[in-house]
Amino acid sequence: MVEPALSAPRASAAGIGGVRLRQAVRMIPTLLVVLVLAAAFGLPFLWAVLTSLKVPREIFIFPPTWLPEAPQWSNYIEVFRQAPLALFFWNSLKVTVLTGIGQILSASLVAYGFARFRFPGRNILFLVMLSTLMLPPQITIIPTFLLFKWLGWLDQLRSLYIPPWFGGGAFAIFLFRQFFLTIPREFDEAAKIDGANSLWIFFRVLTPLSVPVFVTMGIFSFLGSWNDFFGPLIFLNTTEKFTLALGLTYFQRVVSLGGQATEHLMMAASIIMTLPCLLVFVLLQRYWIQGIVMSGIKG
Amino acid sequence: MRISSATREAIEGYLYIAPWLVGFAVFAVGPMLASIYLSLTFYKIITPPDFVGLDNYIRMFQDDLFWKSLWNTVYYAAVFVPVSIAGSLCCALLLNQRILGRTIFRAIYFLPSITPIVATAFLWLWIFQPNVGLANYLLDLLGIEGPRWLDDIQWSKPSLIVISLWGAVGGGSMLIFLAGLQGIPIELYESAEIDGAGNQAKFWRITIPLLSPSMFFNLVLGLIGAMQMFTLAFVATSGAGQTRPAGGPAYSTLFYVLNLYNHAFDYWEMGYASALAWFFFLILVILTYWQLRLSRSWVYYEFDQGERW
Repeated sequence: MVEPALSAPRASAAGIGGVRLRQAVRMIPTLLVVLVLAAAFGLPFLWAVLTSLKVPREIFIFPPTWLPEAPQWSNYIEVFRQAPLALFFWNSLKVTVLTGIGQILSASLVAYGFARFRFPGRNILFLVMLSTLMLPPQITIIPTFLLFKWLGWLDQLRSLYIPPWFGGGAFAIFLFRQFFLTIPREFDEAAKIDGANSLWIFFRVLTPLSVPVFVTMGIFSFLGSWNDFFGPLIFLNTTEKFTLALGLTYFQRVVSLGGQATEHLMMAASIIMTLPCLLVFVLLQRYWIQGIVMSGIKG
Repeated sequence: MRISSATREAIEGYLYIAPWLVGFAVFAVGPMLASIYLSLTFYKIITPPDFVGLDNYIRMFQDDLFWKSLWNTVYYAAVFVPVSIAGSLCCALLLNQRILGRTIFRAIYFLPSITPIVATAFLWLWIFQPNVGLANYLLDLLGIEGPRWLDDIQWSKPSLIVISLWGAVGGGSMLIFLAGLQGIPIELYESAEIDGAGNQAKFWRITIPLLSPSMFFNLVLGLIGAMQMFTLAFVATSGAGQTRPAGGPAYSTLFYVLNLYNHAFDYWEMGYASALAWFFFLILVILTYWQLRLSRSWVYYEFDQGERW
């Protein structure tokens, strides 16, 4: 496995002090472009944070002011009063966790089956599985909706978190299988000679060696269900069932009823929804980046 | 009776992939077949499906909104995909240089791509606010009178493209390019230099060909993703309080999937919407196949493509 050493700048051993002046001067235009782009990516965030700390009166003045006169941290409490945001948060958490467990468990077991066992039709089934990568959810959404209606799953969170338990999606299976293939079979054989069954081998031999891919998949799974809007929009109906993604549009509807400026609250709610993603990114950045690179190399 | 070890292995293998097999049958094959049938019926949920032959498909091709949504989607994809790939590549090239605070810049570039789309939509609705928004304020400082962005028929699609670019350029595709760049052996550049190659030649003859697999990957995924444009348009155009239908103004942001959604879950025309879904599937299959064919002529693979990781 080639470690894509993204974090280690190539040939930077000399350090900043060692870089010659001429070279430093040549870098100035590049650095300027880098800075301008950073502003383009970062400014909208900064603007959202600053807006979320303003009072309504400050929202609609032109030219706008950058800094709030007095930061209104209470806006972040106010949003929870305006709509059941805490409930939405809880629903999202529930869906995210249950989806994550189901997706990771089932995808890794299926991948284990594809990676380590010989059975008739394996290669064809694997190709069929891969081809579902190209199957967008919109194609199957109508019959799935009718199926869930028939099952009585509509307006239930289970319509979101049960399907991932059935294989967890082609991408997850593919990622796990590719990783398992890099683990020498000798480890399995050794355990088998000691009398271990295949499930034991999976949990005690393969899993401990595959921690990075499990973490990576955990991140992808978390992001996927935390941000999912299409599924909740179609399957959920009553406000009490809304996830945060859907609840945010409900929130927008409710707070804008008063006719006053509500942008500060909208920004606060949006930031609250983004915070868990930021947290995961900050804590697990390395795995995250590796995962993206891993999925891209074999594309 | 003794079971041979090969049979035993096969049984175990099937058992492990069983969850996927069930899921595949229930959530992929079943719905696909059902939607073929549904697309040939008139079905409004309250009454049983009524077989109408190809009526839905005929209606589809005569529907102005269908063509409008197809055009909007093609417009969006045709602008967004090339620009986002070029942008990602430029960002990757910049961040591949020896500059101060590279890790911090990479994080800043990456942040928009981890922001939930719904949050992104609200953030940019506020920035593109025509009267007091940040965008028009900054343009005002430059002496330019800004457009009405999402409220303007001319500007609504470009606005959505800008928002999508913000969320895509510094994201996964940039990282894939960065990894690709760092995988290019320095010796190639060195020997090219000995042969007298300039920066231009090095870029077009070494960097670009060796990055072409990454580019292909980003292109295929980017195009499929762009064709499925939905959430951003839905949230950003349904207006404050969702008082107006998504896809406005004047259907200028009615994308294919938005149109499908409206027919299925607003008008409950499940038969017609299934026809839309099938035609959409056909488009995606053709696009993907065409890209795979085309890729043979421009994607360069090194010989040791074996197990890279």
